[in-house]
Amino acid sequence: MSVNIIVCAKQVPDPEGPPSSFEVNEAERRVIPRGIPPVINPFDENALEAAIRIKESSGAFITLLSLGRSLSRAVILKAVASGADASMLVEGDAFDPSGLDASATASLLAAAIEKIGPCDLILCGRQAADTNAGLVGLGLAAILGLPAVTLAQKVEVVDGRVRVERVLPDGLEVVEAPLPALVTVSGEVGDLRYPSLQAIKAAKALPQTVLGPEDLGVDPSGLRRVETVALKAPSRERNCKLVEADTPEEAGRKLALTLRQDKVI
Amino acid sequence: MERSGKIMVLAETAKGDRPASISLELMGLGRELADGLGTSLSVVILGSGVGDAARELARYGPDEVLSLDHPSLGAYNPDLYKEAILGLLKSSPPRALLAGHTSLGQDLLPRLAFSLDCGLVTDCVGVKVEGGEILFIRPVFGGNALAVQKATTDTAMATVRARVGEVPAPSATPCEVRPVEVETPAPRLEIKGREIIEDRECPLEEAPVVVSGGRGMGGEEGFSQLRELASLLGGAVGASRPPVDSGWAPTTCQVGITGKVVAPDLYIAVAISGSTQHLSGMSEAGKIVAINKDPDAYIFKVSDYGVVGDWKQVLPSFTAALRETARD
Repeated sequence: MSVNIIVCAKQVPDPEGPPSSFEVNEAERRVIPRGIPPVINPFDENALEAAIRIKESSGAFITLLSLGRSLSRAVILKAVASGADASMLVEGDAFDPSGLDASATASLLAAAIEKIGPCDLILCGRQAADTNAGLVGLGLAAILGLPAVTLAQKVEVVDGRVRVERVLPDGLEVVEAPLPALVTVSGEVGDLRYPSLQAIKAAKALPQTVLGPEDLGVDPSGLRRVETVALKAPSRERNCKLVEADTPEEAGRKLALTLRQDKVI
Repeated sequence: MERSGKIMVLAETAKGDRPASISLELMGLGRELADGLGTSLSVVILGSGVGDAARELARYGPDEVLSLDHPSLGAYNPDLYKEAILGLLKSSPPRALLAGHTSLGQDLLPRLAFSLDCGLVTDCVGVKVEGGEILFIRPVFGGNALAVQKATTDTAMATVRARVGEVPAPSATPCEVRPVEVETPAPRLEIKGREIIEDRECPLEEAPVVVSGGRGMGGEEGFSQLRELASLLGGAVGASRPPVDSGWAPTTCQVGITGKVVAPDLYIAVAISGSTQHLSGMSEAGKIVAINKDPDAYIFKVSDYGVVGDWKQVLPSFTAALRETARD
């Protein structure tokens, strides 16, 4: 049974960038990325990989959906080329992530999904690498009235149902839900495959819809349920007391004694 | 905006029908908020056969314990848990609902928040009352920034990291435990089975000491030395992402933004360079100790103690010296 899958993918500043690449602007309450490129949120890449595996095993039409202020077309193209069939981009100043919270984002995505048409399965990453909140997937499911399973490490479609291996802190569980459904995907699914150059070329011809705020018909102002009142740069750095000795073995010993002395242990 | 309502804590049970330690910590935090706002503190516990845990919670300072005890709530099914507690939240909306940033909290609170259209702040490392408002502090951008947030709705919800709140001293005079009737709709989600991989005698998130290994461990063997040290210190073993990706350590061990977030009293980082992704999972630890052969490794910048050297030479003598000086 071939299914229609929508994968929600957010563009974020590369979370692997060094701490110095995240400039905290306290006055504007926003983080300004310095010298790091936008990437697809890693967990959303995992979600796309999960979708491609379903496509390989039982057939699927995959639409990649992304929402933001100004989306990098190169990043979208590479993701689509990994195995999606179409894309929808929802773009505009009103969609700058720093002005949206999870409720507003979920409402906008829900409106976009209704424009895409009937779908069987929505896959989202478990959380975004910038906000780290882990809310949009479940918010979307609530708005669309869909059953939702979080933290998938494996997603299969079997007989009109979705079967999910879900990550638990001490193991895993298997959960099933009727389609249509929403699943949030965890890193354990595995990395998104790299597209070939040929696939990237071919992906340029795949259908792409670009919507602006006026097309969506949802005004995100007034949809926020959480407000950021301040943003600060954390003081993560500490004064490191380096324990030195003539040999590494002696340094290990001395470290133990220092920790005992300072009553750390 | 005029806001009313009490502070409510959603408690969980740990092994052996005891309240989870995160829930006891939230009793301390909840009491601070209730006192700060001049309101009362309720704790809600859901499950099957949770009588002992409910009575135990009643000793940690709440004004009431609401017990939703029903056979259908034995194992976590979000559909059943959500419906069970929703009625309670609708009939008397709290000013705030706090839960742990645990597997259950992360899954259930968003469902409740979106059902009731409430603002929810997840993964809090601080919660405080200021000017009559509840402010939530949480790391964003992988811990490269700290956001102070508030809900714009009458009820605020939050999930709070382990070891943020302080467990209050138990009282000899427990409060009342009030049973609440449980609705049991037919769930849409069906739990087909569970497989337990990790021994939860000492859960990583709750361990007072965490000993973690990184890429420089070079293989599985090194982790047995980390386990030896962890067990000597009554702690748990963690790992950064590379050892997990390489299969040297189970995924349940991973500390970082894509794994578990820990805040132990002591974190020992062995052969870990200190990527942003790993730091986000442990930078709230009380004391951080690093052993790494690269003197320029970023981990030394965020550590309190460090040894520059090969762990293969440093660690055995470190562990041996700790064992020799162990206090009884």
